[in-house]
Amino acid sequence: MALQILFNFILALCWMFLINDYSAVGFLSGYAIGLFSLFLLRRFFKQRFYLINIWAIIVLLFIFIKELLLANLAVLKTILSPTLKNKPGIFAFETELTADWEITTLANLITLTPGTLVVDISEDRSTLYIHAVDIDDAEQAINDIRHSFEKAIKEVSR
Amino acid sequence: MIAAAKLLIAFFILLGALISLAASFGTLRLPDVYSRIHAASKGATLGIISVLLGVFFYFWFLHGIITAKVLLGIVFVFLTSPVGAHLIARAAYNTGVKMEEKSVQDDYEGYKKFMIKKRKNTSL
Repeated sequence: MALQILFNFILALCWMFLINDYSAVGFLSGYAIGLFSLFLLRRFFKQRFYLINIWAIIVLLFIFIKELLLANLAVLKTILSPTLKNKPGIFAFETELTADWEITTLANLITLTPGTLVVDISEDRSTLYIHAVDIDDAEQAINDIRHSFEKAIKEVSR
Repeated sequence: MIAAAKLLIAFFILLGALISLAASFGTLRLPDVYSRIHAASKGATLGIISVLLGVFFYFWFLHGIITAKVLLGIVFVFLTSPVGAHLIARAAYNTGVKMEEKSVQDDYEGYKKFMIKKRKNTSL
């Protein structure tokens, strides 16, 4: 992905030199033309066309914000209920992600999810130990993490 | 137009203050460290982000200044507060802080004991 962005940048610079216009408009038009030519040449790169990755990053950002809002609603519900009836506990979650930055992102996402908090990551980086406010929801939480977060993060790094 | 902008600003700042208040209530009411971290980390994050957004809109709509510093502040709070929560929870567990009595499950305890045993064996 970084390589493709660098190529696009160089193509935009080439365009600026070609038309002798050293302004932001010249750069942007060159960038658009470079983007189009990179799209045409996409089968020569090992990775996908990089706009798809950027779209995946935006999707991940929106998941982050959505989960933060939902988490706050859930915490408010727990705090402001007259009696505390929740059952806390720590459960283990096996992750399929391997790269360090992926696991960090997943841990951050889980911490901002309703009712879950990452306590530790095992030394072989295969298991996350997660503290849940209500362990009855843990099964549901595991499913949510698997289907939304892990998938979104994998989509970025593919 | 200005009235709508003022309403928006007031909404964001009041919402942030209320969320922060609720989070501080949570740190008082919940029984153990881990639950308190839940309330503090999530509530404080959204509260601060909301107040900062209100400040950003205030300078943008009423003074015509776009303060990128505030946006950077939002990004930094967003990135660092879950990490801080994680580190405090981990440090609490490693120094032997107990979970509250009605906790039902602890998968981490077994792993912890296993790791301590492994360290002892390797040092011998």
